[in-house]
Amino acid sequence: MPTFVYMTRCDGCGHCVDICPSDIMHIDTTYRRAYNIEPNFCWECYSCVKVCPQNAIDVRGYADFAPMGHSVRVLREEEKATISWKLKFRDGREKNFVSPIRTTEWGSIKSPSDYDVPAENALMGQELAHEPDALNIAELPALTPDQLKIGIV
Amino acid sequence: MGLFGGRKTVYVDSDVLVVGGGFGGCGATYESRYWGRDLKVVCVEKANIERSGAVAQGLYAINCYMGMQWDENQPEDHVRYARNDLMGLVREDLGYDIARHVDSTVHKFEEWGLPIMKDPETGRYLREGKWQIMIHGESYKPIVAEAARKAATKVYNRIMVTHLLMDKTKPNRVAGAVGFNVRSGEFYVFRAKAVIVAAGGASHIFKPRSVGEGMGRTWYAPWSSASAYALPILVGAKMTQMENRIVLTRFKDGYGPVGAYFLHLKTHTENAYGKEYETTWYEHTKELVGDYIDRHPVPTCLRNHAFLEEVKAGRGPIRMVTKEAFQDPHKETVGWENFLGMTISQAVVWASQNIDPKHTNPELTTSEPYVMGSHATCSGAWASGPEDYAPDEYQWGYNRMMTVDGLFGAGDTIGGTAHKFSSGSFTEGRIAGKAAVNYVNDLGAEQPEVSEAEYEGLKTVVFQPMENYEVGRNEIVAGTVSPSYMLPIHGLQRLEKIMDEYVGGISAHYTTNEPMLTRGLELLQMLKEDLDHLGAEDLHQLQRAWELKHRAIASECVTQHTMFRTETRWPGYYYRADHPKLDDTDWHCFTLSQYDRETGSWEMEKAPVYHIVD
Repeated sequence: MPTFVYMTRCDGCGHCVDICPSDIMHIDTTYRRAYNIEPNFCWECYSCVKVCPQNAIDVRGYADFAPMGHSVRVLREEEKATISWKLKFRDGREKNFVSPIRTTEWGSIKSPSDYDVPAENALMGQELAHEPDALNIAELPALTPDQLKIGIV
Repeated sequence: MGLFGGRKTVYVDSDVLVVGGGFGGCGATYESRYWGRDLKVVCVEKANIERSGAVAQGLYAINCYMGMQWDENQPEDHVRYARNDLMGLVREDLGYDIARHVDSTVHKFEEWGLPIMKDPETGRYLREGKWQIMIHGESYKPIVAEAARKAATKVYNRIMVTHLLMDKTKPNRVAGAVGFNVRSGEFYVFRAKAVIVAAGGASHIFKPRSVGEGMGRTWYAPWSSASAYALPILVGAKMTQMENRIVLTRFKDGYGPVGAYFLHLKTHTENAYGKEYETTWYEHTKELVGDYIDRHPVPTCLRNHAFLEEVKAGRGPIRMVTKEAFQDPHKETVGWENFLGMTISQAVVWASQNIDPKHTNPELTTSEPYVMGSHATCSGAWASGPEDYAPDEYQWGYNRMMTVDGLFGAGDTIGGTAHKFSSGSFTEGRIAGKAAVNYVNDLGAEQPEVSEAEYEGLKTVVFQPMENYEVGRNEIVAGTVSPSYMLPIHGLQRLEKIMDEYVGGISAHYTTNEPMLTRGLELLQMLKEDLDHLGAEDLHQLQRAWELKHRAIASECVTQHTMFRTETRWPGYYYRADHPKLDDTDWHCFTLSQYDRETGSWEMEKAPVYHIVD
């Protein structure tokens, strides 16, 4: 369902242009508002819909297989850490869903540089960052070369 | 230099350059920083890493988690599973390596803030299936991107990398990459000591079922433009299993995933007349593949095969039986949130067609083929294995280094490692990141050096489509038809048609043979010549032009591999009609290719399969 932009809601802020993974949300030079320049390269990922501060972007199912009259709206609230969906069927039935999206503060992830510098010999070993602790088992499993066999199993 | 000689060139120096900021790239960036505290770690991405790659939309499950802390699975179990699903052929050394590390990755994801569902009785992660755990993953990518941004010296968004640069002091050694800024049009020269390619696999090399406006509703993201393969292929890195394309059984039109439905909701499929059909095709399939049909679980391709045969027999559509499961409100919620979390358009399709799975059993379909290395298939670059146990033939340098010195890969890029998915791709990025730091530390005085002649030559090549358009546009009054150039969409549609008709796409029922492949290669050659005449109206179209060029060279590689393997190893993914059976005598092996960019020719060879566990 490719995206489209409501003329009266868009203020041309460009958040959708900045986020679109497919580079298809662009600013129209005449109206100074965003629009989908290439609907046939839209994956319907909703990245632009979720990021739009004006709720100006909506979607209409792909014309080649989706009958009209439906709607799938979303509200992503970072401060509440939830995503809320409202589905409306062509025949008017509705469904609503709310899910959590994050359990920690935005921006709270530590840089790998904030951890103690690993011992020099650790660089030669097979353990990755935070291992074996982060595995929650005593040590990293390993095979020995003699366990390798050519043949059909 | 023509019209574009005045373009600014930006030089970026780094120790470790990560190309692509999806899950593989974010993992590589994170780990490179952990081990290389003083190194310059640069990540370059054609979109914005906040929402780029295959997980841009989110995910509702992590499909690769061992649960070693609860003794749910061991890495050996995952190797057996992936080997079985891929009909015996996976790089078991690489697969084991991912499996032994992946739990620490998932535990970090949870610590970073990813909501992972828990079993209320055991307190363990809620299992969807043996390998899958369920998550509320709408912000899966933003969370992982945050970790990568914290780790990187700098993330360069909106730069499309077009080519890798080779060292001028030592043959077969990488020295960097070039690309262009999709917004400013500046030319970028990245000079690097090690390069990790973590770009996307290939959607849109075979014609999709959806047409017109719906063309973008492919199963894999339309921005997965085969750069994972084109970049290494063009510098002569060996590729493996590129014939091993994947076809997905999915809900019709939206390509909504079926995993949660089968595994968690316990739904099943039936034909149009309400009958189970997989047993109907058991004997027939056994004729083709022998005992592989008796493996558990039944390999994905063989289940596809039964689906395809049943439809060909005129008993379609195949439906998912959801009506009973959806009477349970919890299961109904899971069923819908599963789509809203990772394939929103399936919810849109059902809303638009008044399909409520509580009242209607929805149709399934089989997708067009895709070439990628992280899902239930394993196309990609031939990489060196882990130092502690990989056999000599799988080990020539640092872990995850390709056959080009200093060139590493992760995610879709690396071949032979099926079933890594999001968590495994991030983990493979971590493995490659640590190895790249070791490589950089060991370089000593022998630093790579880019050739000015090479990158200046590439600057002309990169912007050529804009010059073609600028000049050719004046020949015609208006419109899209020019005698001098063709637009990226024209070339893409020709590529998709060639691959579809000659290399085993949907319109050919996934079937091909040597004469078809031979003709396909002739047409691909003409397309490749025509791609020198692409016309790009603006920088966005220049991105499309380079995505197309990447797809085209990857497609040629796929076709060469399909020609080389004279058996049908994965019925349900594709069929060599001239060699309809699985042939373990001659083809229990990997296929390897190497492209010669001077002559445009391909060298094919076989490589042995080592089974590391019984």
